Amino acid sequence: MNMTAAGAFSANEMMTVVAARALRSSDVCFVGIGAPSAACNLARLTHAPGITLIYESGTIGTRPSVLPLSIGDGELCETALTTVSVPEMFRYWLQGGRITVGFLSGAQIDRYANLNTTVVGAYEKPKVRLPGGGGAPEIASGCQEIFITMAMSPRSFVEQLAFITSFGHGTGKGSREALGLATRGPSRVVTDLCVLEPDPDSRELVVVSLHPGVTREAAQSACGWTLKFSTTVTETPPPTAPELRILRELHERTARAHRDET
Amino acid sequence: MSIFCSLQEAISRNVRDGDTVAMEGFTHLIPFAAGHEVIRQQRRHLTLVRMTPDLIYDQLIGMGAADRLVFSWGGNPGVGSLHRLRDAVENGWPHPLAIEEHSHAAMANAYEAGAANLPFAVFRGYKGVDLPKVNPNIRTVECPFTHESLSAVPAIRPDVTIVHAQRADRDGNVLIDGIVGVQKQAVLAARRAVVTVEERVEELRAPGLNAVILPSWTISAIAVVPGGAYPSYTQGYYRRANSFYQDWDPISRDRQRFMSWMQANVLERGPEAFLAHGAAGV
Repeated sequence: MNMTAAGAFSANEMMTVVAARALRSSDVCFVGIGAPSAACNLARLTHAPGITLIYESGTIGTRPSVLPLSIGDGELCETALTTVSVPEMFRYWLQGGRITVGFLSGAQIDRYANLNTTVVGAYEKPKVRLPGGGGAPEIASGCQEIFITMAMSPRSFVEQLAFITSFGHGTGKGSREALGLATRGPSRVVTDLCVLEPDPDSRELVVVSLHPGVTREAAQSACGWTLKFSTTVTETPPPTAPELRILRELHERTARAHRDET
Repeated sequence: MSIFCSLQEAISRNVRDGDTVAMEGFTHLIPFAAGHEVIRQQRRHLTLVRMTPDLIYDQLIGMGAADRLVFSWGGNPGVGSLHRLRDAVENGWPHPLAIEEHSHAAMANAYEAGAANLPFAVFRGYKGVDLPKVNPNIRTVECPFTHESLSAVPAIRPDVTIVHAQRADRDGNVLIDGIVGVQKQAVLAARRAVVTVEERVEELRAPGLNAVILPSWTISAIAVVPGGAYPSYTQGYYRRANSFYQDWDPISRDRQRFMSWMQANVLERGPEAFLAHGAAGV
């Protein structure tokens, strides 16, 4: 736990708050499963009330009061502006170029923000079979830009991906352009320790801010490649009291809803 | 012969050993009761097609019903792994399982191509990723007008599609409402279609003039199975049992515990076991 004027907060709360801040009220956001869902809904409940949240189940403009366990909970449909079929979602709305930001997570990431959620080890004889890509391969190419949020560890931030499930910046500058991709790709990676952004020249992720109390050494020891740091590394502003309160209320409502169901 | 019949009859008439079977429902309306009936009738060598295999295919795979799986996201949503799927892929238990893996966009497009009676689907996808290296059914096609390179996957044409829906009217027209997923496409892409419903009513009471309705003549058999989507859910009838999805993790991790659960809750039960989970039982 860390202490500020707003009180104590965990590394996970810090990560969710900072990830939420990346979103704008004008965004149309395709919400990936897992950590992104908390960040996207926190943004909607704080500084970005106008944000349109879209889940791959077809729900457009959803405003859930509790966090869904799956991407297709009834709460998402009941609070949505409209719900379309899954083919329509992927064809008209994602491939149609109507999504400003896709928010993803993954089991593994490399220095060019390519993601693996498919397999550890050989594909034909996997050590660990992960769930796979789902919507992510086309979210990564079809949204105007991509934010990523995931906790940092040497097992998740790796030198070499076993499998590229979702394409980030490939092997560096020019990789996306070579594939004919006109979208920006990953522009920000928010972890529990720091924020990284692709270097404008090389497209390699560099640390642009460290969370309060986190040293360069601590960030490096949680990363499987030799980290680069921006020439000006700032300290990430800590969560404010309202951000923490609204995030905790959201988690409490979610826990209560799951308890009451049984 | 009436389109309405028992679940036992609907499955025995329409699902055969070696069939390609699609049980669809995108988190919502997953046809669990029908899947359990397929397990009880000991169908073998199935090719199972589903965007998100979910617990229902974890159960079918663990019971040895499938030789092959076509899918795009094989996890327990919000919880973690599908342990029976993983055990089959990583260790070949209870027997090896061949997989054909896609993205959601590819499978949604492939169902739509199947419904449209096209041989393949074309879309902008799989850019820069590794799946095309391990799945020979992912290919590219050049646009004849712009010369853009686009992804192509074969249309999905199941022998039988199985879905769950809110209700059928007296003539067997079926209403699907809420998160409608790919069910309409999957039904229209298939040779035969089996539908389970929460209830049979005189009038459908469709919520609007453009509701998703499957005309009776697109369906092979309908069985009334209240609660038949549990632990998935039926919008307007009962909610998703998120706690069951969490409880499934320890049950499915262990082969023996899984087999005991299946024995007690599937093999020794029938469709009436779902009644307690339906709207009338809550």
